[in-house]
Amino acid sequence: MTVQSLLIIFLLGTKSMENRVEIDWQKIDSIIDKYNGNPEAILMIMQDISDLYNYVPPEVIPLLVERLGVSESKIYSIATFYKTISLDPRGKHIINVCTGTACHVRGADKIMDALREDLNINEGQTTDDQLFSLEAVRCIGCCASGPVIKVNQETHGGLDRSSVLKVLENYKQDAT
Amino acid sequence: MARLENREALQELRNSLQTEKKEDQKRLISLCAGSGCGAYGTEKVYQALIDELARQGVRNDVDVKLTGCHGFCEKGPIMVIHPEGIFYSQLKEKHIPEIVEKTIINGELVDSLLFKDPSTKKKITKEEDIPFYQLQQRIIFGNNILSDPTRIEDYIGLGGYSALEKALFDMTPEEIIGQIKESGLRGRGGGGFPTGIKWETCRRHEGDRYIICNADEGDPGAYMDRSLLEGNPNSIIEGMIIGAIAIGSHDGYVYVRHEYPLAVKNLSIALKRAEDLGLLGKDILGSGFDFEIHVSRGGGAFVCGESTALMASLEGDPGRPRAKYIHTVEKGLRQNPSNLNNVETWANVPVIINKGAEWFSSIGTEGSTGTKIFSLVGKVVNTGLVEVPMGTTLRTIIFDIGGGIPKKKKFKAVQSGGPSGGCIPEQFLDLGVDFDELTKVGSMMGSGGMIVMDQDTCMVDIARYFLDFLREESCGQCNPCREGIKRMLEVLTDICQGKGKEGDIELLEDLGTMIRKFSLCGLGTSAPNPVLTTIKYFRDEYEAHIRDKKCPAGVCKELFYYEIDEELCTGCRLCALKCPQDAVTGEKKKPHKLDQDKCIKCGICYDACKFNAIVVR
Repeated sequence: MTVQSLLIIFLLGTKSMENRVEIDWQKIDSIIDKYNGNPEAILMIMQDISDLYNYVPPEVIPLLVERLGVSESKIYSIATFYKTISLDPRGKHIINVCTGTACHVRGADKIMDALREDLNINEGQTTDDQLFSLEAVRCIGCCASGPVIKVNQETHGGLDRSSVLKVLENYKQDAT
Repeated sequence: MARLENREALQELRNSLQTEKKEDQKRLISLCAGSGCGAYGTEKVYQALIDELARQGVRNDVDVKLTGCHGFCEKGPIMVIHPEGIFYSQLKEKHIPEIVEKTIINGELVDSLLFKDPSTKKKITKEEDIPFYQLQQRIIFGNNILSDPTRIEDYIGLGGYSALEKALFDMTPEEIIGQIKESGLRGRGGGGFPTGIKWETCRRHEGDRYIICNADEGDPGAYMDRSLLEGNPNSIIEGMIIGAIAIGSHDGYVYVRHEYPLAVKNLSIALKRAEDLGLLGKDILGSGFDFEIHVSRGGGAFVCGESTALMASLEGDPGRPRAKYIHTVEKGLRQNPSNLNNVETWANVPVIINKGAEWFSSIGTEGSTGTKIFSLVGKVVNTGLVEVPMGTTLRTIIFDIGGGIPKKKKFKAVQSGGPSGGCIPEQFLDLGVDFDELTKVGSMMGSGGMIVMDQDTCMVDIARYFLDFLREESCGQCNPCREGIKRMLEVLTDICQGKGKEGDIELLEDLGTMIRKFSLCGLGTSAPNPVLTTIKYFRDEYEAHIRDKKCPAGVCKELFYYEIDEELCTGCRLCALKCPQDAVTGEKKKPHKLDQDKCIKCGICYDACKFNAIVVR
């Protein structure tokens, strides 16, 4: 691990350190192997890592540098350019409120408001118990069923202020 | 299934699949597994169906198929029972026992689940008799409802890969390009560039040529590419192979959104199956021609729909576009000649090769041939995917197919072309939709998103919405786009918050013209369109916001309040029960009152009231 990467990990904030995950290095290696260590596949490699931990733990970056032969700055530029990648830990359930045009005209704002009030977090934040992250996505292509939200990989359509809270309640109950 | 070594083996397979299908007397239940229906719970319905068929002892008498998107997403989940073609919609798990008992076992209809035509109030049994479908011409989208996208056999049985046969064995690359040119096919992603000319130019340039499918469908409100990829991925694969033969390429990419997991899954399965059968990979059908297709997942950046940005992303870089002094057909991916077409364009290719350029160009208008799939969404009764010949009027699409505006509200505008397009007001409803007509009124057809807006949509808010989207998605390389959009958004936000001032409209027009002229790529040059068209056609709404500090549509929270019209209020108490703030008071059967201090303008009462007694002031 280089001095810079240690510094970057430090700078990323000690706040999120406490929520860091235990990294399964074998799994990370096998993801990179799946793409034959091709540096052009870097975005997909990070997406696959993200699928494991709900974010890309910055600790894996030195390994990506080594195995893909790309610079650290390049990895950061990719991670910050593309919205599907987060370097900060996210909750167990990621709620994506679709704010595409069709959902917008059918009241996506109200859905977002209801979730914000209920979870007591803003868009882009994670609840203290690490259960939910609230995010907005510009269109998930279920426009006819709007307003829709996606929780992890499940899509829920035809929502209003009260039904979205019912959906949320199911996930809360699963957790307890 | 074994690898198909030659053309005859494929034909034999197709014939046997077709005979098998004819002889199969089993009843078939097809259930739409598209994302739209999925959002309403197809998976639960499917599981309930399988369990119930087993419980009632008829599981072996019936085939169940999960098909691609039917398009009538408003009514999801959708089920069609063959051979009769009985159409049941808006299904829930609780409906399943009755369907199995009545329809599957006794051959009767479940009346309550049949589609009811809202205008005639008549019940309709068959899918094809529903007005929503009747007015469409589904040459690209039609096979979606007939096949399971994960079974390549279904596609082959419907005549799939016969165009590939023709292209491989009966035609020269020049002849293929000739057919595509003659057909008049233009790029369905929105650009509208003639596909045949693009192919021809790419073929002329030396290097390792690449074939790319742009499936980074970023326009909010558009999802036809998603449904094609999910519902009929083989048609896109076949189109790409034919393109590769014509252009002389051996390597292809599909760049698809990571946010479309089902599309990625179905496409990957289809690619694997095509490879197994020898329809893709080395020595396709024994012809000696090699072609591979790789899948690359995008990362949620709208700008990656732009060709040069997409290619940068494929190379493992941030998706930033470059100036196109040299076109991508000459130097694109890895500095090699690259031919990029949109999903729907590729899906058109097998149809043209099969049925001929002349047939294809007889559909549509002179300058825009063929059909176009639109995603008809927003404030319209029948939302869903609609495939119609080019040149069909907006009125036909929105009112005849779409069934007009719900809750007897008034049509205000239709937004087409995504964030690069514009809002078209009522006076242009009789325009035929194609590549050229909508451009004349300041909008564009784009990739086919059509978002209908009614009296409750604020046009200033819509303009602000699009700019907010574009500000977030601007890659930040060029000043006009990065700074200009931000500045326009600030002005619009002020107007929406009641801080607009005289001269703001003119400032927006100036900024818009500047951004349009000097931005680097298509994202910037088209970014001002939603603002400029709304100013052009809805200037009075802007003026109401700026001068009167009013939002006539009741959207911009600072600029309106709700009031209860005492003459219309029946005292039904519905709004009082639903209000989260307890702001509505009053006795039963007497007009209610709304406490303005408590009201948070959430709009629940406005949506709930059945008597239009809650009014926007």
